[in-house]
Amino acid sequence: MDFYLGLMQIIGVHTLLGLSAYVVLLTGQVSLAQAGFMAVGAYVSAMLTVLAKWALVPALLAGGAVAALVACAVGFPALRVRGLMLVVATLAFGEAVRLFFFNFDYQIAMGGIKVGPLGGEGFRQIRYFPENGWTTFQVMVFIWLVVAAVMTALWWMDRSRAGAVLRAVGEDETAAQSAGINLTAVKVSAMTAGGFIAGVAGGIYAHYTTHIEQGNFNVLVATFAIAYPILGGLSSVFGTLAAVAFIQGFLVEGLRFLGDWRNLLFGALIVLAMNLRPGGLFDARSAAGLRRVLHQVRSGTALGDAAAAMRRLLARWKGAFGA
Amino acid sequence: MLELVDLCKHFGGVKAVDGINLRVARGEIFGLIGPNGSGKSTIVNLITGLLAPTSGRIVIDAADVTELPTHARVALGVARTFQNIRLFGQLTVWQNLWVAENRDRQQRAQPVLPRWLWGGEADRQRLGAALEFSGLAGKRDDLASNLSFGEQRRLELARALAAEPKLLLLDEPAAGMNAGEIDELDARIRRIRDTGVTVVLIEHHMELIMAVADRIAVLNFGQKIAEGSPREVQSNARVREAYLGTAA
Repeated sequence: MDFYLGLMQIIGVHTLLGLSAYVVLLTGQVSLAQAGFMAVGAYVSAMLTVLAKWALVPALLAGGAVAALVACAVGFPALRVRGLMLVVATLAFGEAVRLFFFNFDYQIAMGGIKVGPLGGEGFRQIRYFPENGWTTFQVMVFIWLVVAAVMTALWWMDRSRAGAVLRAVGEDETAAQSAGINLTAVKVSAMTAGGFIAGVAGGIYAHYTTHIEQGNFNVLVATFAIAYPILGGLSSVFGTLAAVAFIQGFLVEGLRFLGDWRNLLFGALIVLAMNLRPGGLFDARSAAGLRRVLHQVRSGTALGDAAAAMRRLLARWKGAFGA
Repeated sequence: MLELVDLCKHFGGVKAVDGINLRVARGEIFGLIGPNGSGKSTIVNLITGLLAPTSGRIVIDAADVTELPTHARVALGVARTFQNIRLFGQLTVWQNLWVAENRDRQQRAQPVLPRWLWGGEADRQRLGAALEFSGLAGKRDDLASNLSFGEQRRLELARALAAEPKLLLLDEPAAGMNAGEIDELDARIRRIRDTGVTVVLIEHHMELIMAVADRIAVLNFGQKIAEGSPREVQSNARVREAYLGTAA
């Protein structure tokens, strides 16, 4: 049971990470800096709960806010470059953040032992959850409440004018500018929002693993962050969720019994998934299908249809048994 | 309304625009013609700020906008369409219009967040009017990429109008249209002018531009070789030379 709860926690945090890249990707920017923002949020919020004894939620928000500030600062120079140059620039930034924490010591004595980040050793004893008696199940529920809140906010944003503006910038910057859109404002806002979400994801990650180190925020994590929304499809936030469930749930955990063969299959299955569903695992058609089902449920026809089908089935069985 | 002063744009050694002086009066339809590569589209890009001039000034409504970024010029009332249609194909017709900022929106003292998220009732009416004008009201929720060629041209025009421009720059709006569509376009351009908008029209289609333009400037190799009424321009010897070549 604990295994599945743990898996749900991983999927939740990675969904947040993927959503942070989703916002940025909508504007056509490919950012490999998301792991760096996650690291900032993780260290800041963990230091606040451990060293300053803050409560969890304010610490998470503060971690997100600092990550957002950093992302905003990265957003401005990132405006000058695009495409592959942006990928390289953000990759360099992410690595710089990782190396910063590799060299970052800030320990204070607490109850006889020294706590706080210690360079390559990382930051141990982030014991907020155990100290406050949270069970694994409660932590999992908390993570998914945050995921639900962020997904709802982004889904709603997507349907508002802001979503159209972000996508317009992503599709054609020249046309967007000519329609009066301030590219600087839009791109930096997207980067800042992405930084906030990644920071919150990092804060949550730090608290449920209880031990973070620079290696947790390497290029692989940054690559996963952009792979989720790309594999899942950019037509809605559900794509990212589907891709995280596919990669973390199925490819990483579900195929573990294959041993070393898993790594081989991993890449092949991602390529296969992208070829079979070029619009993303959850593309515009899936979105339309979901809307239709929701509409039917709301208007009651789906339940009615299901009941009628059930009655027909029962009638046939009765006939078969001669009743 | 629009004034170009000694405007130059050089790409390396190529003088795409070479010392152009132009004055467009408020409320007129001003035609800009010339052979391919004569600098017409470059001038539109300079006026909208997509390109920075090598030298010279651009004045709109008595304000020097030479240094302003593109979106700030839209706020001053400059809108355009593109020679090759540039719509947001993955957005719906309505969203394409929704995206357009306008002068009024940017100046209104409205909190940033709601302005970003939904826009007010005034915006809704403005967009509705643009939609109506383009005759696409029935296709409000279709993706722009699913529209026919003619509809895409109309939607691009509607997006420009949604910005409520004072100065509208049309870059070859008749390209690829058939005779019937061109007649419609002619009527549309006149209706836009009648609402008080100044129109700068770049066009290869001579019948259209001669019929609809009040005044015409002719460019060749980045320089203005003639300016005047359609009749004056048509009889100008240098214009004939540029288009037809010199007699041997």
